[in-house]
Amino acid sequence: MSFPWANEYKPSHPFMQWMDSRLPLPRFVYNAVGAGYPVPRNINYWWNFGFLALICLGLQIVTGIVLAMHYAANAGIAFDSVEHIMRDVNWGWLMRYAHGNGASAFFVVIYIHIFRGFYFGSYKPPREMVWLLGVAIFLLMMATAFMGYVLPWGQMSFWGAKVITGLFGAIPLVGEPIQQWLLGGFAPDNAALNRFFSLHYLLPFVIVAVVVLHIWALHIPGSTNPTGVEVKTESDTLPFFPYFIAKDGWAALAFLMIYCAVVFFAPNMLGHPDNYIPANSMSTPALIVPEWYFWPFYAILRSFTFDFFFIPAKLMGVLAMFGSILVWFFLPWLDKSPVRSGNYRPLFRKFFWFGLIPSVLLLGYCGGSHAAEPYLMLSQIGSFYYFAHFLIILPIISSIERPDPLPFSITESVLGHDGNAALGAAA
Amino acid sequence: MIRIFSILVGLFFTVALLWSFGNGAYNQITDPAAASAEELFHKHPKELALASDGPFGNFDRQQLQRGFQVYQEVCAACHSLKLVAYRDLKQLGYNDDEVKAIAAKAQIPVYDPHTGEVKSHAGLAKDNFPPVVYGGQGSPPDLSLITKARHGGASYVYSLLTGYAEQAGFKNEKGDELLKKFPDLKTPEGLHFNPYFANLNIAMPPPLSSDGQVTYGDGTKATVGQMSKDVSAFLVWTAEPELAKRHQTGWPVVLFLLFATILAYLSYRNIWADKKH
Repeated sequence: MSFPWANEYKPSHPFMQWMDSRLPLPRFVYNAVGAGYPVPRNINYWWNFGFLALICLGLQIVTGIVLAMHYAANAGIAFDSVEHIMRDVNWGWLMRYAHGNGASAFFVVIYIHIFRGFYFGSYKPPREMVWLLGVAIFLLMMATAFMGYVLPWGQMSFWGAKVITGLFGAIPLVGEPIQQWLLGGFAPDNAALNRFFSLHYLLPFVIVAVVVLHIWALHIPGSTNPTGVEVKTESDTLPFFPYFIAKDGWAALAFLMIYCAVVFFAPNMLGHPDNYIPANSMSTPALIVPEWYFWPFYAILRSFTFDFFFIPAKLMGVLAMFGSILVWFFLPWLDKSPVRSGNYRPLFRKFFWFGLIPSVLLLGYCGGSHAAEPYLMLSQIGSFYYFAHFLIILPIISSIERPDPLPFSITESVLGHDGNAALGAAA
Repeated sequence: MIRIFSILVGLFFTVALLWSFGNGAYNQITDPAAASAEELFHKHPKELALASDGPFGNFDRQQLQRGFQVYQEVCAACHSLKLVAYRDLKQLGYNDDEVKAIAAKAQIPVYDPHTGEVKSHAGLAKDNFPPVVYGGQGSPPDLSLITKARHGGASYVYSLLTGYAEQAGFKNEKGDELLKKFPDLKTPEGLHFNPYFANLNIAMPPPLSSDGQVTYGDGTKATVGQMSKDVSAFLVWTAEPELAKRHQTGWPVVLFLLFATILAYLSYRNIWADKKH
C-alpha cells in the first residue's frame, strides 16, 4: 500500500469475501493495477511506455511459444523449419512476422521507457531499486534478442553469433577457452544453436520474474511524475483504475495499430536480407551487422580502432560496449542533483537534448554502416560524448547547476497557486 | 568519492577514444583510402513496378504463370526452387489436373535405405521442386527466397537480368570509365560483367539473351525486359506466397484497431472529463 488514502479492497460478493480471506489474489490485483493504486495525476504520455513494454513481453511470449511448437533447433534443418512455419503452418507467417517485429517494437518501447527515466530522473532516490532492476531487464532482453536472432540460422544469425561470442575471446588468457565453452565448439554449430534455443526459451520467463520485482519495487514509492515533486496529498493522485487503465488502454491500441501495420505491410523492413540466405561458414557476408536495436552498442564496440597502451583495441571495444550499459547501474550515484525532472534542470536539459540524444542517434546510424571512414570517426565522436555524458558531465553538472524553482506540489503544478481547494473538492 | 572515480573512468574511455580518433584522422589525411571500383561503379537496382507492391499489392496470376514458364524453361537448368511445392502452384491459378501434370514432368530423387540406391519417381503435387544438379563453375543459389535475400528484392533480380553490359567503355553516372580508372579490373575469363552485381563480375552468363526465348501462351510478346519482369514477379511469389493474404488480412486488422483506438480514446476523454491533469 503506497499511500494512506488508497482505496481499500472491499469484496461485496460472498465468494470474493471467501476468496479474500483464503487467497487474497483479487486484493493483490486491486492494489497493483486497480483502484487501490494511486498514481500522480499529472504523468504525461511518456509514462505509457512501461505498460506498452508489458504488452510487448506478453506478445513475444505468446507468439514465441507457438513458434517453438513448429521450430526445429537443429543446424541441419533450422532454416528450412522456419520456412516451413512461413509456408505450411496455418498463420505461421503471421506468428513469425509478429515475433520478429515484436522484438523491434519491444526495443522501441523500452528505449523510450529508459530515456524517459534519464530525462525525468526516475533513477533517483527512493527509486534506485526500480532502476537497477530495469537495467537488469534490459540486459536480459539483449541476451534474449541476440539468441533469438540466431535461431533462423541464416547468414546473419551465424555470423552474428560468431562475432558476439568472439567478444569473449578478447578477454586476456581465458578468452578463447571461454568462447569455445560458450559455443560448445570452435565455431557456432549445432551445439550453440541448441543451447541458444534453450536459453531463448528460458530467459523470457526470467524477464517476467524480474518485471514482477520491478513493478513491486515501483509500487513502494509509486510512480514519479513530470515535475519530479513527490506525491503529498490525495489531490495529487488518481486511482489507477479507471483513470490510468483508460489512458494506457487507448495508447496500447494505438501502439498495436502501428505495430500491426508494420507486421502486415512491411514485415521485412527492419530485417536484413542476408538472413534469408542459409548459414554458411565458408562465406562471410560483406557487412555483418546486428539488428537495429544493437547498432549504438555495436558502434561503440567498433569505435576503438587502435591499441591503447598495453590494452588491445578489441578488448577496449568490448570493455566499452559492456561498460556503456553497466554505467547505467551507477546512474543514481553519479547524478546527485536533488531535482529529479529535467524540466527544472536547465543545464542538464541542454546536455540531454543536444548531447546525449544526438550522440546515441549518431552511434545508431554508424553501427548499421560499414566499419570504414567516415563512420569510424563519427562513432568515435558519438562514443566520446556518450561516456563523457554519463561519467564526467552528469556528476559535474549535478553539483554546479542552478535548478529552476519547483512547484510546491503536483496539485499546484496542475491548477496553479489558487487551485488547491477546488481540486481537492473535485477529487 | 564515487564521482571522482567515475570521472577517472570517464577520462580513461574518452582519452582512449581520442587516441583512436587521432590515429584514424591522421591516417585519413596522410593515406586516404581510395574509393573501390565497387563503390564507384556498382549500380543501384532499377525501378520496377509490380502488382504485388504496396499495402494493396496483389499477385497478377497471369504474370506469375508467365514468370513460372520462364523459370521452368530457363532458370531451372541451374537454379533449384526447393522451398516451393507443386501443390503451391494452385495459387498461380492452375487447377488440380494442371498441377499434377506439371509435377509429373519432374523426377524426384528418393534415397532407398534398403538398397542404398537413389531412385527417382515422377513428381506428385505434394512434392517440393527437386534439387538441381549443376556441373559447371560457381554455385547457383536456390531461388525460393531470392527476392527477400537481396537488397532491392525483385528490382534487383530484374536489374541483374537486364543489366549485363559490355565492360569496354562502361561509364558510371559521373562519366568515369571503369577500365581507364581500374585497368587491372578486366572481367576474368568465365565471368560476365554486370554493374548491378555486388562485385561487378558474375559467374552466370546472361540467361535471357534474346527476345522470344520463351513462347508465352497468352500472346504476350516475350521481350527480354518482359521475361525478366515476369520471372521477378514469380520470384516475389516464391519468396512470399502469403503476400496477398497478408495484405488482405492487414487492412481489416488495422482498420479495426483504428476504430477501437478511437473508441478507447473517447472513453478516456469521458473518464477524465472532470479531472485536471
